Amino acid sequence: MSAVGNSVARKDGIGKATGAARYADDITFPGMLHGRTIRSTIPCGRIRSVRLDFDTTGFTVVDHRDVPARNAVDLIAQDQPFLVEQEIRHMAEPILLLAHENRERLYAVPVEVEYDEGEPLFDPEKSQQVFKTIDIVKGDTSSALADAELVVEGTYRTGHQEHVYIEPNGVIAVPEDGGIAIYGSVQCPFYVIKALRCLLGDAHPNVRVIQTETGGGFGGKEEYPSMIAGHAVMLALKSGRPVKIIYDRAEDMVATTKRHPAIVRHRTGVTRAGRIVAMDVDVLMDGGAYVTLSPTVLSRGCIHAAGPYRCDNVHIHGRTVFTNTPPNGAFRGFGAPQTEFAVEVHIDRIAEALGMDAVELRRRNALRPGDTTATGQTLRDDCSALMVLEEAVRRTDFDRKREEYKGSNRSVGLSLFYHGAGFTGAGERNLKSKARLELTAGGVRIAVGSTEIGQGTRTMHAQIVTDALGIPYEDVEVAQPDTSRVADSGPTVASRTCMVVGKILEECAHEMRDRLGGLSPAEYHSRHGPLTVERMYEPPDWIEWDDALYRGDAYATYGWGCDVAEVELDPDTFEVRPIRLTAVQEFGRPIHPALARGQIEGGTAQGLGYALLERVVMHNGAMANGQLTNYTIPTTLDTPEIDVVMMENPYPGGPFGAKGLGELPMDGPAPAVVNALRQLGFDVREIPATPELLSAGSRLG
Amino acid sequence: MRTAISELDLRSASSLTEALAILRDEARTPIAGATDVYVALNFGTLKPKRFLDIWALDELRSISLSGDTLVIGSLTTYTSLIQSPIVGERLPMLVEASRLVGGVQIQNRGTIGGNVANASPAGDALPVLAAADAVIVVRSDAGERRVPITQFYTGYRATVMTPDELIVAVEIAPVEGKQWFRKVGTRAAQAISKVVVAGVRAPMPRIAFGSIAPTVVRVPETERALGDGATIDDAEGVLAREIAPIDDIRSTAEYRRRVSMNLLRRFWAETG
Amino acid sequence: MTLRFVLNGAKTELDAHPMARLLDVLREECALTGSKEGCGEGECGACTVLVNGEPVCSCIIPVAHVEGAAVLTIEGLGGDHPLQHHFMNEVGAQCGICTPGMIMAAMALGPAPTLEDVKTALAGNLCRCTGYAAIYRAVMKWRGLEAPPSMVAE
Repeated sequence: MSAVGNSVARKDGIGKATGAARYADDITFPGMLHGRTIRSTIPCGRIRSVRLDFDTTGFTVVDHRDVPARNAVDLIAQDQPFLVEQEIRHMAEPILLLAHENRERLYAVPVEVEYDEGEPLFDPEKSQQVFKTIDIVKGDTSSALADAELVVEGTYRTGHQEHVYIEPNGVIAVPEDGGIAIYGSVQCPFYVIKALRCLLGDAHPNVRVIQTETGGGFGGKEEYPSMIAGHAVMLALKSGRPVKIIYDRAEDMVATTKRHPAIVRHRTGVTRAGRIVAMDVDVLMDGGAYVTLSPTVLSRGCIHAAGPYRCDNVHIHGRTVFTNTPPNGAFRGFGAPQTEFAVEVHIDRIAEALGMDAVELRRRNALRPGDTTATGQTLRDDCSALMVLEEAVRRTDFDRKREEYKGSNRSVGLSLFYHGAGFTGAGERNLKSKARLELTAGGVRIAVGSTEIGQGTRTMHAQIVTDALGIPYEDVEVAQPDTSRVADSGPTVASRTCMVVGKILEECAHEMRDRLGGLSPAEYHSRHGPLTVERMYEPPDWIEWDDALYRGDAYATYGWGCDVAEVELDPDTFEVRPIRLTAVQEFGRPIHPALARGQIEGGTAQGLGYALLERVVMHNGAMANGQLTNYTIPTTLDTPEIDVVMMENPYPGGPFGAKGLGELPMDGPAPAVVNALRQLGFDVREIPATPELLSAGSRLG
Repeated sequence: MRTAISELDLRSASSLTEALAILRDEARTPIAGATDVYVALNFGTLKPKRFLDIWALDELRSISLSGDTLVIGSLTTYTSLIQSPIVGERLPMLVEASRLVGGVQIQNRGTIGGNVANASPAGDALPVLAAADAVIVVRSDAGERRVPITQFYTGYRATVMTPDELIVAVEIAPVEGKQWFRKVGTRAAQAISKVVVAGVRAPMPRIAFGSIAPTVVRVPETERALGDGATIDDAEGVLAREIAPIDDIRSTAEYRRRVSMNLLRRFWAETG
Repeated sequence: MTLRFVLNGAKTELDAHPMARLLDVLREECALTGSKEGCGEGECGACTVLVNGEPVCSCIIPVAHVEGAAVLTIEGLGGDHPLQHHFMNEVGAQCGICTPGMIMAAMALGPAPTLEDVKTALAGNLCRCTGYAAIYRAVMKWRGLEAPPSMVAE
């Protein structure tokens, strides 16, 4: 029996179910101190003074003057300091660090910061400071709009979303012989290395990062852990002792990244027969106070902004701007959930304006193999928009339900969506990811920096190697990511861990199989000793991308999805209860069906939270409802039955035909729910679609 | 940042008499299931430093009938309320409210006395007690007094209790008329309420709301209108003038007002 | 105070501040780190343990309240409990941080729960990874019950 395609036993073992798995806060080191971060309590201004009104004996105190080399978190720009020097740009910005061996003493001491307050800017539409502008141009949109038989316009808004990984952020920095080790809850160990090199300069070359078991990420542990690691390292260097920094939920929610809020404007020209002839899209994303990853989030958002539709004339203009709020960052979907929400709600409104069935409108315009996307990419045979649409409509008996529910408090809504897998454009080529396979005495060891954050990295990689090498699954082990011991396989983001890193591992396994020359790993090892194979990712040679013009093959392949949400409204309270969500998704081929199903079920639940429940309330530039009591994610009773349909359309460039999957399920639920609300008479153009919004919002005629 | 536990002081009482003697002599905040106290502790907002642990006072855990009056000991947990046949029979709306308090873990620890004492405007059981005309039995070393719940709260998180008093029981005389309860929370479970309504459909109806005022409230003018035979449309208008909900991080004044009116109508329709 | 209680079946005696959080005593004094802190307000259930058979959130309980009680943590199930295996096999655990609390809450279920019973029993435990379906599958299989057809892995 092959491993790929079967739900084999997970490489995690049983530790997660017995309490034996060790997360950052479960680990202690002798002599360890605890760290605390003193943060700004204003959104904008300058520091006048910092006063420590206590006896600092026994405390390690670190401020910006202790930065060894460069006070900047090294992401796209180097504008965000590890510790504020003078200028405060957002609430909860780190100013000073304290460490002490006694946590109670550490938490109790007062630090007074005095400020000269500035005038904060919270409204992205008023921001003059643009971090990044993107224009995607295809055809002649203004002429096509002028000639269109009908033009439909609309503005759509999405709010912040908080990741709510159940394990808050945590890092431990441990001085060791000739260097320093960082243990932590991180998605991207090599991002941390990059940030620490910038922080420390050449003075401290031996830095390694070891990923501890990680209690969820969803993008939320992509960039921010570099900040925390920098803090822990500075405290550890100054004290000469291990330092652990664990955020509590309140600190995690107020200080760390969220999904970018977005405002998306559409002007779409159509023929009376329902052919889309022009799409003019304007995307505005609130980046927060520093650049961080906003340009790339905007990029993915813009590329997906026209939806999975064929159209000869498209102009997508995007910008991400500064506000005096904590930087927004990576979150499952990376800009696409915002723009796909907008376009999918807009499509239903176009159908309404045309007096046409919304499914039929999608059917006529959905991308097919041979069509070109907004960036001019010609789609290949692995385009499945129509296939998922037809299956979702058939499986849910969509047309009949839509008729049957008319006039009741129930309704169904649908969304069609897609998600590019891997880094955008030339990203994978530039990244030069590597994977390594090491022969062990009894099998092989996978040594990559890809992290297991719940999604099943270890298992799925081991399955690929098992079948590609033709050895028993049990003989494949997966090394814990330790940057000093594993290959830099790139960050664990962008739905690339299976498709890209899995592909390199497949090639490593093929090479190793050849080098074993028919011997088993054990035989080879006993005769010839160790053997290591390392390979670098080669993206498909046909990929062409012009980063200046935003034209070309944005992604090597896409996953495709169609969600149908069935909801019920309480007309007295405006509470919306999802009854069932059908998620039809095509992502090449599932390596591990049970894990893949878990990605779809979990991503769909997050999408439902995004649609209905999850509202970040900002007061004076800070999250005011930063508690799990008041920022409500779905519980068991909020989560409906999720009917998962996994369709296959293999991608030749992926391992065993696999594409990326992790983010795709996040894109569909919100527009499907809002399109269902439209059938109930609510003209919703904003999420979360809370009862308050529905009760106040305009009803359709 | 969490409150420093080393600065806190806890005394435990093993009998009610001992507890009342301690409260007579020392200023201490009673704790039972601790579900509210420890949330404050974990967020560093806990103000009191000295506590009296009454969790062990089993004498405050009984559910019984005294004559015709239902007497619920103050340490009765939501789980016990849910499981109690007497409560189920006499005050089903309290069972319904209890089921919607937190998850099972909170229901196992939260007590009815704690809900009353904590005086949150969003306390889930409070509208039920208000609509049932419950009487709060408080005792000190000097004696006992009975305060109707409608007179128990003096303002936001403020009660008539003196520092030496302890809530020992909640008394509920037989409730004549159909009972009705609806909680509108921030989600389906584990939710803080945005609007809670409890109603009793009697010749003179009794209707109480939570989360729309600084304390749980009855709406006497609306009750009187309905009792006097006003139409539900008119009663809705009376209610709209009678309540003044506010905006907060969980909801809006406008939503609360609108939903309160809608639920009044539904209560009336479903109990008619 | 000196505290005596039965921890995972063994008589235990230790010194602790009476208002110390049960969770901290378990994790730091008893080295039982299987119970996790996700929120510190009894909202996420990751710290769920059984006290005298009842699930409670150990992050909001003064340790004084387990004096004389029987406390069961995830470690007390051993490493080979059928429910633990079902959680892993059904992928009811993804990142795993909610799993110990989820399992402890499920332990309090009766012998033949309905799907609604399972949902209600676990309503105090948040999971951000799974959308809960795989957790229901694990619990139902443990109880020898059939999960609803659309939830059965194909």
